[in-house]
Amino acid sequence: MSQPILNQYTPVKFSRIYSLGAARGDLTVTNDDIAGPIDSSDEWIRQRTGIITRKRASENLSLMDMAVSASQQAIKNAGIDASEIGAVLFSTITHPHQTPSAAALLADKIGANPAPAFDISAACAGYCYGIAQADALVRSGMAKYVLVVGGEKLSDFIDPTDRTISFLLGDGAGAAIVGPSDSPGISPTVWGSDGSHWDAVGMTASLLELRDGTATWPTLRQEGLTVFKWAVWEMVKVAKKALEVAGITADDLSALVTHQANIRIIDELAKQLAVPEHVVIARDIVYTGNTSAASVPLAMHALLESGEVKSGGLALEIGFGAGLAFGAQVVVLP
Amino acid sequence: MALSKTEVLAGLAEIVNDETGIATEAVQLDKSFTDDLDIDSISMMTIVVNAEDKFGVKIPDEEVKNLITVDDAVSFITNAQ
Repeated sequence: MSQPILNQYTPVKFSRIYSLGAARGDLTVTNDDIAGPIDSSDEWIRQRTGIITRKRASENLSLMDMAVSASQQAIKNAGIDASEIGAVLFSTITHPHQTPSAAALLADKIGANPAPAFDISAACAGYCYGIAQADALVRSGMAKYVLVVGGEKLSDFIDPTDRTISFLLGDGAGAAIVGPSDSPGISPTVWGSDGSHWDAVGMTASLLELRDGTATWPTLRQEGLTVFKWAVWEMVKVAKKALEVAGITADDLSALVTHQANIRIIDELAKQLAVPEHVVIARDIVYTGNTSAASVPLAMHALLESGEVKSGGLALEIGFGAGLAFGAQVVVLP
Repeated sequence: MALSKTEVLAGLAEIVNDETGIATEAVQLDKSFTDDLDIDSISMMTIVVNAEDKFGVKIPDEEVKNLITVDDAVSFITNAQ
């Protein structure tokens, strides 16, 4: 008796981002609002970060609320039914439960139950990690449509007296639907990690230290200069590699959408990358702040909404942050 | 061949000028990057990376905070060559 031949998934050739959705915190927080505890000023914060205001969520607006709102927009804009979603990937570092995942709850709330759902812990690189996995899931044939969400309520994990990162941070969620395509819409992803700098960005303490009373509520902090150096000069190499593997040059781009970490990083990265003048550089950080995993989709959504870039153009998106982790790919704008 | 302190100073002044717009002649050995030249920590890191590239030296991140004056930087680079 011969052994039966197994079925395997039938791959599809290409994938693309169908749509985006966005939700930002409901509060507008000015530099003056937060300058006191860090003995700073509006001018100092603007000069060093580019931020004029940041969006933060009030007590009544949760991470899940923002993720649901962004996801529902993306699903509607894609013109699909939530029941067609074959996987839900939620990139976040601020879901307040170790388990179960935020993604499983999100899938249920938006009507994608029983889609497989899991969280991605790659901080500010999380959304680009999600797009990479969605691209693979769709092209392998494992899922027809994948919902990728980058969402954070970072204001739950900040220390108002911290001068390293807290004053940069905002809250929001960005969502994308990835699905099959007749033409290439997502380039190969250049991604990776460098755990030798595991301590460069992260939390002030572990949950075990909190339990044992040796630490107070853990909040975010970073070694700013080390991160700045890595985020510019190492990410330039990653960005160049992403263009190379996509088979394009910076001249072919419509937009550069980096993680909205700090305007100084964005500007220096663009300078080192020598992007031509016609390329629109996303600067959503100015009025949204740094929203970690949400920043890339929020920034891309803002560029499309404002008409600064058009659907069909090419954008280099690059996320980088705690881990250290990084991910970059070129996408066709939805 | 290793550069002299004068040559390193001239090269460093060009880097500072490129990053901040400060005139090269204002970049003198006794000047403090922060207090006299008003260079913030992010610009300082950019200057350090460009100096590493230009002079072929390695300036560890933890060393940057010790580079208070232009002389500190010029001496470090000169000795590290």
